[in-house]
Amino acid sequence: MSDHRDFKLETLGLHAGQEPDSDHGSRAQPIHFTTSYVFPDTDTAASLFNMERGGHVYSRISNPTNAVLEERISAMEGGVGGIATASGQAALHLAITTLMGQGGHIVASQSLYGGSHNLLQYTMPRFGIETTFVNFRDLDSLAAAIKPETRLIFSETLGNPGLDVLNIPAVSKLAHDHSLPLMVDSTFTTPYLIEPFAHGADLIFHSATKFLGGHGVAIGGILLDSGNFNWSQSDKFPTLSEPYEGFHDMVFTEESPIAAFLLRARREGLRDFGACMSPMNAFQIMQGVETLGPRMQRHMENTRSVVSFLNDHEAVSQVTYPELPNHPDHKLAAQLLPKGCGAVFTFELKDGRDAGQKFIEKLKIFSHLANVGDAKSLVIHPASTTHFRMSDEDLVAAGIHPGTVRLSIGLENIDDLLGDLKQALKSR
Amino acid sequence: MLINVDNQVTYIYTAAQRIHHDKPTVLFIHGAANDHSVWNTQCRYFSTHGWNALAIDLPAHGKTNGVALDSISALSGWIKKCTEILELEKLSIVGHSMGSLIGLELASKSKSIVNQLALVGTNAPMPVSDQLLETSKSKPALAYQMINQYSFSNRAKLGKNDIPGISMQGVSIKLMQRTKPGVLHADFVACNSYADGVAAAEKIICPTLLLLGAQDKMTPASRTKALEEAIPDSTVKILSGTGHALMAEQPNQVTDCLKDFLIGT
Repeated sequence: MSDHRDFKLETLGLHAGQEPDSDHGSRAQPIHFTTSYVFPDTDTAASLFNMERGGHVYSRISNPTNAVLEERISAMEGGVGGIATASGQAALHLAITTLMGQGGHIVASQSLYGGSHNLLQYTMPRFGIETTFVNFRDLDSLAAAIKPETRLIFSETLGNPGLDVLNIPAVSKLAHDHSLPLMVDSTFTTPYLIEPFAHGADLIFHSATKFLGGHGVAIGGILLDSGNFNWSQSDKFPTLSEPYEGFHDMVFTEESPIAAFLLRARREGLRDFGACMSPMNAFQIMQGVETLGPRMQRHMENTRSVVSFLNDHEAVSQVTYPELPNHPDHKLAAQLLPKGCGAVFTFELKDGRDAGQKFIEKLKIFSHLANVGDAKSLVIHPASTTHFRMSDEDLVAAGIHPGTVRLSIGLENIDDLLGDLKQALKSR
Repeated sequence: MLINVDNQVTYIYTAAQRIHHDKPTVLFIHGAANDHSVWNTQCRYFSTHGWNALAIDLPAHGKTNGVALDSISALSGWIKKCTEILELEKLSIVGHSMGSLIGLELASKSKSIVNQLALVGTNAPMPVSDQLLETSKSKPALAYQMINQYSFSNRAKLGKNDIPGISMQGVSIKLMQRTKPGVLHADFVACNSYADGVAAAEKIICPTLLLLGAQDKMTPASRTKALEEAIPDSTVKILSGTGHALMAEQPNQVTDCLKDFLIGT
């Protein structure tokens, strides 16, 4: 538990950032479906624009419903604040563009979600920001990849697709030794399974579309700041430590030594790039956040049962899950993720690509689609969908075998889930 | 801006404005283990409303170098020196907690330069419990947690900040955690040993505002009666549902109260 919270995760998930509506006493958080806010007078209007007052001007920059979600998830993570974004990808982009411009460099894990990899590998270089991808299990390689122009170290808490467990204490120490921040994508773990800030991470983002929402109805992201990183300790972050002409020469680290990053991200990033979250999506994601604790507990119970079932099944050659002794990060997982290693994992069918396709077609409860982190159990066969153009050899190089199946375990009755898997494996 | 005081770099936040000697000046003084940033919205407001608005980092706090001073008298003298370096002949002082005692002392000793005085989250005397005093010396990290617990109202402990998306208690403790070793203890020694507050208050000739939080557990509003009665021209304003961290909990209301007091309605 971080050191400024009076309540635990389940309580914060229900209450943080919100008071009953002062006008009508509404217990649920109202959806403030408005683009803009009436100024009581011209002086207040000017003060709001110049950050002399707290409040809202325009919903691209802030919105009362979004603000509750931001404070709530920040409280659950033990941070100093957050910014809700249009998607997890928008949160990643917002973080990068707040910290660096042309000439900037990122060292990222090679085990990333495909969308993040695309942004870093193909898109950001068009804007002069390069990324070196390395294996974060190899700290020497990570250190060697750091350049004078490096501005960010980035990884997922559980990497893709092999569920590499990020050694946050070791990687954050290495980053800090180079005066660099560590940002983690904690989408798969959520604050229920790990609090990355408590282990040394400086920034977190989530695709709130996944477990935070949990219902699969709303796209969204959130970017969070620990408040621990000293942005003015070096000259690496002039966007935060030098006057910004775009906001009356504000020096964000002087304005707020603690929340400088969030100030710049909101006042420039949301203002200019505009990838804000809809208040409807904020409300919907908030409904999921309210039950995150109990849901994640159930996700973990079901996942452990399914992992155990598959691991013992004769048709399965391998299950990749860090709680299993054969996973390379088994010990680290026990140390950092005692509550569980997420509800998304892969397993291999002995009989390859055809077996994978047949297995999926036989499933009745699992939904065949390209998402994870839903309350409903999901399945996809990468070799015949997301990676169908690749040869078997190329798939193996990417860590995906022809018989690899990815599951996202939901909240259904475990007997029904195991029964569904059993019949699909039997009839393949 | 940076100035040199006793051969030490001293930082003053000015909301990116220069000092104009034809404008009135308000100087904001922070409390224990804090820095200028606790005043950022108020400072920005006054800087666009015809004032020089300055928020200073006390010695060894924030971006100011040097050694923490462990007496209110010394801190008051240091502020006086800053005003001389800045060539400020008249100014209004706004101080929070320990900063309020510094303002009180300065206004009593240097009557001619203090036009107006606002004491925010104040008591005089301002005793610090033996336990907290000792903890601030031996286990400052624990002391920061204790202060953070005591400084916020029950309402604020679940958040809902006027500043969108920012955690009040989160920013508060992270700011304290950046305090240099020994500084919190020196600050508490200064507060605890300042026994002359009521006597100083009797000498104040400028209009004085006592701005208090109704749920303040650090400097309870119920204990300001002696101070209020001692100051000849005092006004008391109590913000409901607010703890000791008034600027964090109610930034807009604090600005409005200061505007009413310093500028007039």
